[in-house]
Amino acid sequence: MSIVIDRRLNDRNKSAVNRERFLRRYKEQIRKSVGDLISKRSITDMDRGGDVNIPTKDIGEPTFHHGQGGDREMVLPGNRKFNRGDKLQRPDGGGGGGGSGDGEGGGDSSQDDFVFSLSREEFMNLFFDDLELPHLIRNAVGDVREYKMQRAGYTPSGVPANLSVARSLRQAMARRIAIGAPLRREMQALKAAEVPADDEIAELQRRLDRIPFLDEFDLRYRHRVKVPLPISRAVMFCLMDVSASMTEAKKDLAKRFFTLLYLFLSRKYQRVELVFIRHTDNAQEVDEQGFFHDQQSGGTVVLSALKLMQEIAVARYPSDAWNIYGAQVSDGDAFGADPEKSRAFMNEQLLPLSRYFAYIEVPDDPMRTSPLSYAYQRIESDKFAMSTVTSKGDVYPVLRELFKREAA
Amino acid sequence: MNALEPGLGSKLISTGAEWDFELLETYDRAIADIAINEYKLDIFPNQIEVIASEQMLDAYASLGLPIGYPHWSYGKEFIRNEQMYRKGQRGLAYEIVINSNPCIAYLMEENSLPMQALVIAHACYGHNSFFKGNYLFRQWTNADAIIDYMVFSRNYVMKCEERYGHEAVEATLDSCHALMSHGVDRYRQPTPLSADEERLRQREREEYARTQYDDIWRTLPSKGAGKGGKPGAEPNYPPEPQENLLYFIEKHAPKLEPWQREIVRIVRKMAQYFYPQGMTKVMNEGWATFWHYTLLNRLFDKGLVDDGFMLEVLSSHTNVIAQRGFDQRGYGGINPYALGFAMMTDIRRICENPTQEDRDWFPDIAGGDWLKVMDFAMRNYKDESFIGQFLSPKLIRELHLFAIADHEDDEHLLVDSIHNEQGYRRVRQLLSHQYNRDGQVPDIQVTRYDHRGDRSLTLAHRRHRGRPLDDSSSSEVLKHLSRLWGFNVRLQTIDDNGKVLEQRETRA
Repeated sequence: MSIVIDRRLNDRNKSAVNRERFLRRYKEQIRKSVGDLISKRSITDMDRGGDVNIPTKDIGEPTFHHGQGGDREMVLPGNRKFNRGDKLQRPDGGGGGGGSGDGEGGGDSSQDDFVFSLSREEFMNLFFDDLELPHLIRNAVGDVREYKMQRAGYTPSGVPANLSVARSLRQAMARRIAIGAPLRREMQALKAAEVPADDEIAELQRRLDRIPFLDEFDLRYRHRVKVPLPISRAVMFCLMDVSASMTEAKKDLAKRFFTLLYLFLSRKYQRVELVFIRHTDNAQEVDEQGFFHDQQSGGTVVLSALKLMQEIAVARYPSDAWNIYGAQVSDGDAFGADPEKSRAFMNEQLLPLSRYFAYIEVPDDPMRTSPLSYAYQRIESDKFAMSTVTSKGDVYPVLRELFKREAA
Repeated sequence: MNALEPGLGSKLISTGAEWDFELLETYDRAIADIAINEYKLDIFPNQIEVIASEQMLDAYASLGLPIGYPHWSYGKEFIRNEQMYRKGQRGLAYEIVINSNPCIAYLMEENSLPMQALVIAHACYGHNSFFKGNYLFRQWTNADAIIDYMVFSRNYVMKCEERYGHEAVEATLDSCHALMSHGVDRYRQPTPLSADEERLRQREREEYARTQYDDIWRTLPSKGAGKGGKPGAEPNYPPEPQENLLYFIEKHAPKLEPWQREIVRIVRKMAQYFYPQGMTKVMNEGWATFWHYTLLNRLFDKGLVDDGFMLEVLSSHTNVIAQRGFDQRGYGGINPYALGFAMMTDIRRICENPTQEDRDWFPDIAGGDWLKVMDFAMRNYKDESFIGQFLSPKLIRELHLFAIADHEDDEHLLVDSIHNEQGYRRVRQLLSHQYNRDGQVPDIQVTRYDHRGDRSLTLAHRRHRGRPLDDSSSSEVLKHLSRLWGFNVRLQTIDDNGKVLEQRETRA
């Protein structure tokens, strides 16, 4: 009559395709929500999933249904005090309490936002989409670590090339001793007797001889496991001009740039430290919060930041023990001799210390060459990259060289 | 089934909460024995599938069907459920049962043995017999074919996606889904004539015309000849208003591609398949809940299960049938499980221990054979008529039901009637109306298709008791409709006297 079937082993992710469709359909809204998340999150925290929300009205499915108004009656349970003819105030928002007339137990429509979580992968993909990262680079930054094979003892199965002869023979010997022991003990007992029973001794001997020298389950293979390969440690200096002309939008671009570099470094190095240096006419080391959110006033002296970076690097991050990366964001304004001095300092002091230094400029007017970029343009070094960024898609090309070189 | 003769009945089947497949089968046999031999339930064969909670979430999202075509709205549903489940805001329903033959029921792996037994009794014997017996299901769903049809529709939709692109298919499906509630037939349409029958009738008509022929008729002056037939007096098409919008679109939409027509048909079939479920929510759940309660209690009376088993069953049974008052926290409307179970139990009580009141109210069933009465009720009613027929004054008192009138030109809400002598009939009538589909789904019908002119489609929304359409979503649906139709679509709102109150129009 009834059949009981175990379906637990069936595919569990039947809805994945529908979920993916949902994400694709609402990509714009989700991306916007992810954008908000990115601006709220700290750089080091970027590397995980997150909750996104979409306004419920955007994802609604319309149907013909009744709106407010008209005449109707509702039956509700749990009357304790009303009598026929009582008059009640209308509850706020019209309608009337339970919404029991809605048919399918509605009421859900009043929720404000549809909130759900994205997995780390989905989140990173949206982040990368934003930066228009090529797919090859996504892997370099997003996922693939380098692995090395490491020995991890022995296993009973493997390929012949990994056969460990010594181990296998040791195993075989142990087995032969173990299996043969009772027989030998018996034989000894027989031999020690007054009249040795030759037949039985011969029989025992035959049984002893039949114990194989090497059996299949004696075989041992060297076991190797893949372990992620941390290379070493790095420090990343984030330099930013925080004078009043740096607007929130510009800082947002900067943040994405720093994040991308950080993600790249944190894949590559076991340990990445961040140093935030902000500058106006003098430079300060600050924490991330102060870096992105405090507004400062004052002029602009780029050199001060470069000098501070150099001081910190020399004092705390000796270049033989640390890989030093620099990332600088500015709107390009610099005055007097500052740009030239900065260029010289960069060329002579910083670049020899650093593995890479990237500069992006977020100008008000992209057509104009700013004094700072005019100076930086003349730096001849493959450790140095610079670009003018006006939209998020421009961020990646600055780091392209770096990725090309180091991800390979 | 013979293993459970009364002589062996004093033995417990098992103790403890752990289940295995053998135990499930044993319990299923024990329950089947009671359900079929003692209570004469008529069921489809059962296919009980044990699944994990993730799979339950999957099944949830696809409307409870084991297979369906891909669509983003199912993804939304899935995400919503998953989110709530993860946060612990909602437990999973402990069962999903599919109206098919064999009847497929899902059991969740995480449930304890008593819960599994409860689900087996609830789904495999309660819902199952309801699906097999109730007239709406018999009339509108084809249990033998639904799974095959879903497989077909999934493959068809996916093939269309490959050929015409995701966006086009998704747009068509979106539009169809928007009209889903207006895509069901409520009355059987006559089956179309076959070509042979058509020819036969044609011949009969000709024969009749021939035998009736008399040259004398030719001499009669023809009636309208003098005025000259008005060219504008072309008959209206369709001759009768059509309420099944999806059907009308499928058959008449001028611009649809053949594959789009097929998709419209698929969605229409789905809507039709779910139509009886929406109409019998209270009865169906009430019936199933009544039976799990009755069957498992019988199991206990026979000494097959122990106290611990029964306590767990009762505790979750109590949760299921909890009904909160309208002013209590967590009130979510009338709980169909609670109302249905109360009514089913009440029918049994009226049959077995009628009071004088029951004899006055239900003279034809009071003191009758409760099995027969309930079987009759299950087979021949839907929620609306079931409540209208069987809700007793005693239940109205117990649930403290009261009716509130919400009239537009009245500044206050008015308590219309409560659970007293003057109010019983009125409350019962109003509650019954509340389950009338006509009250929930606006009455929208196709009145005119200008197939010789600009091919525009005119719909009429007949306003009932002044209740308007929800404005923003209606215009959204109209957009969907005109996307399917391909030409202008008008929606006229008509009041009770047939006067046109307002008109919405979407230009294609």
